[in-house]
Amino acid sequence: MSVDAATVRKIARLARIGIDDAEVAPLAVELSAILGWIEQLGEVDTTGIAPMTAVIPNHLAWRTDAITDGDIQAKVLANAPDATSGFFAVPKVIE
Amino acid sequence: MSALTDLTIAGMKAGLAAREFSASELTAAHLTAMETARHLNAFILETPEIAQNQAAAADIALANGSAGPLAGIPLGIKDLFCTQGVQTTAGSKILEGFIPQYESTVSGKLLGAGAVMLGKLNLDEFAMGSSNETSAYGRVLSPWKARNSNADLVPGGSSGGSASAVSARLVAGATGTDTGGSIRQPAAFVGISGIKPTYGRCSRWGVVAFASSLDQPGPMARTVEDCALLLTTMCGYDAKDSTSLNVPVPDFAALLTGDLRGKRVGVPREYRLDGMDETIAKLWEQGLSWLKDAGAEIVEVSLPHTKYALPAYYIIAPAEASSNLARYDGVRYGLRVTPPGANLADMYAATRAAGFGPEVKRRIMIGTYVLSAGYYDAYYTQAQKVRALIARDFDRAWAHCDLLLTPTAPSAAFEFGAKADPLEMYLNDVFTVPSSLAGLPAMSVPAGLSPEGLPLGLHIIGKPLDEPTVLNAGLAIERAANFTAKPQ
Repeated sequence: MSVDAATVRKIARLARIGIDDAEVAPLAVELSAILGWIEQLGEVDTTGIAPMTAVIPNHLAWRTDAITDGDIQAKVLANAPDATSGFFAVPKVIE
Repeated sequence: MSALTDLTIAGMKAGLAAREFSASELTAAHLTAMETARHLNAFILETPEIAQNQAAAADIALANGSAGPLAGIPLGIKDLFCTQGVQTTAGSKILEGFIPQYESTVSGKLLGAGAVMLGKLNLDEFAMGSSNETSAYGRVLSPWKARNSNADLVPGGSSGGSASAVSARLVAGATGTDTGGSIRQPAAFVGISGIKPTYGRCSRWGVVAFASSLDQPGPMARTVEDCALLLTTMCGYDAKDSTSLNVPVPDFAALLTGDLRGKRVGVPREYRLDGMDETIAKLWEQGLSWLKDAGAEIVEVSLPHTKYALPAYYIIAPAEASSNLARYDGVRYGLRVTPPGANLADMYAATRAAGFGPEVKRRIMIGTYVLSAGYYDAYYTQAQKVRALIARDFDRAWAHCDLLLTPTAPSAAFEFGAKADPLEMYLNDVFTVPSSLAGLPAMSVPAGLSPEGLPLGLHIIGKPLDEPTVLNAGLAIERAANFTAKPQ
């Protein structure tokens, strides 16, 4: 598997990670090497095998649908880079 | 006072109970050791005031008979565990200054049992690494040096700060987390013990997530008994972790006998790699004969999908990481970078570009790619199917044996920069990753020294929830190996 520059830019955009033009070529080489190595999985016959979804079979527990906390606005906002008037503030979204 | 930092946790418990020394004296000795070993960079944050207050409280509890099982025991906490009111960074710039408003279940259990927190231990960024070179807070040094060499060595990773601090006698024990070997490989590199329990034994709640289906907390300490003591407190059902196992937790230390009579030890033939280091191969043979001396029978078993474990892991772990790390967006906590005139999407991209290091970015991008439309089935679904086959291999092996013995790592600790190629670094986890994928309990115990005088570990893998047998095999090796070497 060879990852080209356009694919690197696409992955970076999907991952919401800004990359400089200078980073694209080295990343393409690194990602190609890793994905090339991973591709050997394709040779395993997995016909009729269900994908593993749980490490230890475990029934998800039920709990009462009840409020267990609240009134912790200050705690929720304590680490916010910008908490204005009790909200998480962000740059404008609308163009 | 140097003798106090050399004691095992069991020895500290006995000394505290007999009033030979106080918890405050014990903590003071460790704080001194911590100050004199800052060059190791094992701690991201030292918390001496908290430690002194907790030690004073332990002394009161010890005097009035209300002491918990770990009263006054000085521990380090890997900086992946959220600690209420104390900065938690996960080794990343993106969480610099993050002050959790809550305590992780596991660290809360340890502190609730009376343990003293000396500080937050350094680690690879978001636990992604096998050498502690990816931390945004600088690399951690191993306290060990090769004979006739002054080169600094890696402590292993990702729990490298934990490993270095326990080995250098800065803490009596430490929490680690293990996703593909992050407790066991560093334990082996610095000559200490560490156990990753069965997936679901220890709550993940409040532990910064890397790959949720693999992440598992566990203890690191200088003896098998000390690991057992910490593990008993760390385990237990937690309704706040949906994969927490609601099963009884035995007193692991009380079950330790070192007796393996009636147990069969499997040797997976696929773990005999081409070009395996001769010293490692010899140590493995030695380990098998020690287990035989402890009463075990040795049988050869086959785990046919072993060679696919690493590539499957490097799809599954990055996929889960790309999802888990989507939360670092500069909105609710952590770093925010807003270029002039930026909109919300620009802010996300700039924040994540500045906040994540190269290895974390690489893994997020791999994960994003394998989960993206058109590739999901070819990569992710196939990897999860291969994972099922790897787990089935172990299930089938359990028909023939009760535990498995392998080396922990393919080599002793290496020098910084020795594995600059990410793929070469990934191969360091070849022996530890398969049991992680299957969720099995596994531990590393120090078993000998390389010709260069560096520690080497042996790796024991057990059946689900059979930590007692894993620990007993660990104890048998510990007794037979009589590993007394210490870093200078």
